[in-house]
Amino acid sequence: MIQELLSSPFYQRALAAAAFIGFTNGFFSGFVVLRRNALSVSALSHTMLPGIALGILLTGVLSQWNAFFGAMFAALLVGLGSVAVARGKRVAEGTSLAVLYTAAFAAGVAILPKLDTRSELEHWLFGDILAVGDTDLWIAFSIGAVILLATNLLMRPLLLTLFEPNVAAAQGVPARAMQYLVFGMLVLALVSSLQAVGCVLSVGLLVTPAATVSLLTDKTSALFWGGGLIGGVGSVAAVMLSGPLGLSPGPAIVILLGLLFILAYLFSPKYGLLSPKFFRKVKP
Amino acid sequence: MATSCGNRVALIGPNGAGKSTLLKAIAGLVPRSAGEILWRGTAVRKWSREFAYLPQREEVDWSFPITVRGLVEMGRYPQTGWWRKFSEEDKRAVDAALDSLNLRDLQDRQIRELSGGQQQRAFLARALAQEAHVFLLDEPFTGLDRNAALLLGDLLAKLAGEGRLIIASHHDLVSAQTLFDEVLVLNTEQVAFGAVGDVLTPQLISETFAVPA
Repeated sequence: MIQELLSSPFYQRALAAAAFIGFTNGFFSGFVVLRRNALSVSALSHTMLPGIALGILLTGVLSQWNAFFGAMFAALLVGLGSVAVARGKRVAEGTSLAVLYTAAFAAGVAILPKLDTRSELEHWLFGDILAVGDTDLWIAFSIGAVILLATNLLMRPLLLTLFEPNVAAAQGVPARAMQYLVFGMLVLALVSSLQAVGCVLSVGLLVTPAATVSLLTDKTSALFWGGGLIGGVGSVAAVMLSGPLGLSPGPAIVILLGLLFILAYLFSPKYGLLSPKFFRKVKP
Repeated sequence: MATSCGNRVALIGPNGAGKSTLLKAIAGLVPRSAGEILWRGTAVRKWSREFAYLPQREEVDWSFPITVRGLVEMGRYPQTGWWRKFSEEDKRAVDAALDSLNLRDLQDRQIRELSGGQQQRAFLARALAQEAHVFLLDEPFTGLDRNAALLLGDLLAKLAGEGRLIIASHHDLVSAQTLFDEVLVLNTEQVAFGAVGDVLTPQLISETFAVPA
């Protein structure tokens, strides 16, 4: 039966998509963990729903491209909007983000009943990796390539900016541009994972892999490559296991990654809860 | 004020006197509103590799997943630029910096797993790897235990002895007498500058800090 599945083009596409999307998101999760902004990522991911809904409302059709642009537009609007509101100093950035994203999500929910494509929209909420087409695969592949290329070319200034923004700025690193770049890539990574896990679960894919690695090692580069490996392999394995287990692939991916995280949390040789070393360690 | 290499200069003054700001201004981290900083006879306008800034402990994100070696390697970024691979020379500079601060055995530790004194040394090692000439330290002795403070004091003396200029903000008037050569007393503006023995008089201290000496 497995062989039959593997020879089906649908299944092959799903596995390839899981590998690309899982690797890209896992790789990028290193930045999310370093920036400690997992919660704002969660806010942004919810924002994509009204973006997609609005895209359909305006164009009348649900296609990959208008979902893609709708999601990106909404995430950018809310993300940059919250930064702008927080500039006023009166409202903290977390607060303004929470206000804007819940309002946007509510707007998305309000628009939903007005669309004919409601049932399809559910697959944007929770993902449907078995339904990926060639276009989706290309989008996932291109976004992955752009993110891997940009982050690897700019790894040093990016790390410097994240570690010591003012020192980075003094050394001539365009720190603000770097921060916008990270934000832009974050939105791209979120959009690319829509097909696989949907906008609600995409956070799991974009946070968990590097969070797991951070329990296992202190090497900065391992956070990215290890995160990519866990994201990619974990996603493929979850898709393959989801059939026999009777689960939807999207949730299966996030569940499997979550389980790996819990295992690392418990058994990591260095930082695990059950590791003897952990008890001896002095925490300043 | 003017000073020369081989000296250890303490910045002393009450909270809010502008010690940290002055250090950051010299390092080029904050824009300078007035005044000029001359280095080797010419005005310093922007960041230069010859200046290394060591932040106050609470300003560092210690949980950042970076090892001691990774931190010291950051000191080479100005030389390597954004892309160039680490050459043998870069590696030697990193090794030498780690060795001279006795951090070789700790190079694979994450920076939080170090003691306060070791953390200061890790940042000093980064400055060495950068081949900086002027070391700007913000409250380097704060939070160190006695032994670590003694060790750091010796290290600063050694660095100054090798011809580097050390400028550090400091809050303890007693230890300043032995740890530094010169002192700049600040209270939003320069109050006094000179050799430690000459400047730190009871009268000046009570005026600047507004406490009975």
